[in-house]
Amino acid sequence: MKEGEKEIELIKKGKRLDGRGFEELRPIKIEVGVLKRADGSCYFEMGDNKVMAAVYGPREMHPRHFQDAKMAVVKYRYNMAPFSVDDRKRPGPDRRSVEISKVSREAFDPVIIKEYYPKTAIDVYVEILQSDAGTRTAGINAASVALADAGIPMKDMVSSVAVGKIGGEVVLDLSGMEDNYGEADMPVAMVARTNTITLLQMDGNFKKEEFERGLKLAMDACHKIYELQRTALIERYSKSVGEGEGEE
Amino acid sequence: MYKVVVPGDFISEEANRAGEGTYVEEGKVYAMKYGIVDDREEIKVVALSGKYVPTKGDVVIGEIVEISFPYWIVDIASPYEARLHTSEFTRNEREKIEFGSMGKYLDLGDLIVAKVMNVDAMMRVDLALKDEFKIGEGGRLIEISHTKVPRLIGRSGSMIRMLKEKCNCFIFIAKNGRVWIKGSEDEMNLALQVVLMIENEAHTSGLTDRVSYFLDSFKR
Repeated sequence: MKEGEKEIELIKKGKRLDGRGFEELRPIKIEVGVLKRADGSCYFEMGDNKVMAAVYGPREMHPRHFQDAKMAVVKYRYNMAPFSVDDRKRPGPDRRSVEISKVSREAFDPVIIKEYYPKTAIDVYVEILQSDAGTRTAGINAASVALADAGIPMKDMVSSVAVGKIGGEVVLDLSGMEDNYGEADMPVAMVARTNTITLLQMDGNFKKEEFERGLKLAMDACHKIYELQRTALIERYSKSVGEGEGEE
Repeated sequence: MYKVVVPGDFISEEANRAGEGTYVEEGKVYAMKYGIVDDREEIKVVALSGKYVPTKGDVVIGEIVEISFPYWIVDIASPYEARLHTSEFTRNEREKIEFGSMGKYLDLGDLIVAKVMNVDAMMRVDLALKDEFKIGEGGRLIEISHTKVPRLIGRSGSMIRMLKEKCNCFIFIAKNGRVWIKGSEDEMNLALQVVLMIENEAHTSGLTDRVSYFLDSFKR
């Protein structure tokens, strides 16, 4: 993309296209328990990404031969709505979304305690309603909150963000334009408490120092996102606890 | 005051007191579920949501969903189905239930009160019948989250006692979150409303007083 770089100036006067600094996240909004019929759900916004995650289960696994006698099976479906991008996306799973589903599912592998519900399935549905780069990370953040909301036993929560390189600079949380015309994009998912990385992919090229700096940026940002996820979950109940205060 | 935790939250250093809903790592107790901390006796996390998993001795309300000789397959509001053997039915009579006649005793859709006799490693659940097992006509059955059942019963049964008295209803709460209410039409509706109110506000403090106040204001 040597040509593209010159055509589109991604950094102007030390600021990015949307006015953010290099180490700044897009605004995040989290709502817990938005779907009544799901066992756990979360609506997650990260800039122009709008994601809905729903968790069902543990429930009976169908078809039966996919059951695991020792533990629950986690199924994760990342799906982009046809209207989530500028040009209509052909509905249904494709190469990209199948891959993202797989890596996202594996990002939760170390945290979900599956042995508690043998022979069952835990279904995680992540629907991308509007996309603007970094949807898999937004999906993981949403799914993490939805899993907790469903009462699934987990060792930790997972938080996720992408870093990238635009105009020779390492920046946090790429937006759509930056992703398309930038030099590199690296989504990271991590357990904030233990700093365990559970997903790491890279598209493009980083120098060794840039990679290290990018990873550090992403890890710091994951801690921030983790705090937001935690606050969203805790506020859901402390709000109504407050109403009943002073009576007991 | 209630303390809400999310999975992975540090709770305590006292690893020997770690109980349900927690796990221990490097001698520290962490939350395993999204819930409320209870450290009166042992350190527990009382989940705010989640599916019912049967354990031996639980009394549940189940629905017959399949007849497959010599078992009735029973839905117990759980990821695991339970089964009830025909011998449970004929224990006191000297007769055998013939293949094909099981429907005469319990048919599809019938509701039963049963005790979980055994749960094996394969999560096969065996039920035993209670004396008063069949849920007859009349009355209401509602399903709430099983995590809210202790709140509905209240400390040493205070909540449910008050509810039974003030609504003048027969109320039976099963461990799997199914509640059977029987009484006059108006009283049943009131009891139902209160049960749902308790489910919605289960995590709040001073709930018993509020329910009491609500019921009194309704009576006037």
